[in-house]
Amino acid sequence: MSEIVKKFLYLNRKAPYGTIYAWESLEVVLIGAAFDQVVSLMFMDDGVYQLVKGQDPSGIGMKNFSPTYRTLGDYEVKNVYVDHDSLAARGLSADDLVRIAWEDVDTEEEVENIVTVIDRARGCELMAEADVVFSF
Amino acid sequence: MSILHTVNKSPFERTSLDSCLKFAAPGAAVLLIEDGVYAALCDTSAAALVKDALKTVKIYVLGPDLKARGFAEGRLIPGIGVVDYVGFVDLAAASAKVQAWL
Repeated sequence: MSEIVKKFLYLNRKAPYGTIYAWESLEVVLIGAAFDQVVSLMFMDDGVYQLVKGQDPSGIGMKNFSPTYRTLGDYEVKNVYVDHDSLAARGLSADDLVRIAWEDVDTEEEVENIVTVIDRARGCELMAEADVVFSF
Repeated sequence: MSILHTVNKSPFERTSLDSCLKFAAPGAAVLLIEDGVYAALCDTSAAALVKDALKTVKIYVLGPDLKARGFAEGRLIPGIGVVDYVGFVDLAAASAKVQAWL
């Protein structure tokens, strides 16, 4: 077993449905969960729209992948960060976003919601701390 | 008959909406589709531009695209109309031509 655990940061900046970026990012996150890494997701710019709750694309003939975000806690994702300024520029608040619960199956540690709204300085720190940044 | 303009890009990522509203003549219709629907929402950094445009052009949003993205009609800037796919066709039929801002 490799003891090298890297910090992965997935940076999401695109709105869902209009382009394939959001869906592709989600697929890579789910595939990456097979490896033992510390995984964080960050949403900024139009990427914050990916987390808006109540999505229903049945009328545009597309798959609703929105419920998958709520299961990310089960796929080794420990933190989901959302840029405050991006929300504010779009008239959104944390109340508009899905909630994602997290639980450690070994320690039974639970976090009710791992979605955290952060400011620019914190985002800057998180990018500096990451070993690898995947951009979508 | 006037022009029906369609905008399918987010106003926060592209200049499609800015250019469309800059060139849309008074009395024209603007239909926001796909990621363009984000421009129709209240309290965004693009709302002032849209409210100003409503004084001279009619603005519509495609309902199924709005619903797909998780927003109810109550989140729209007042004065913006909601149409379905049949309404899209009606708007196109009532216009001299359709001009897409990609």
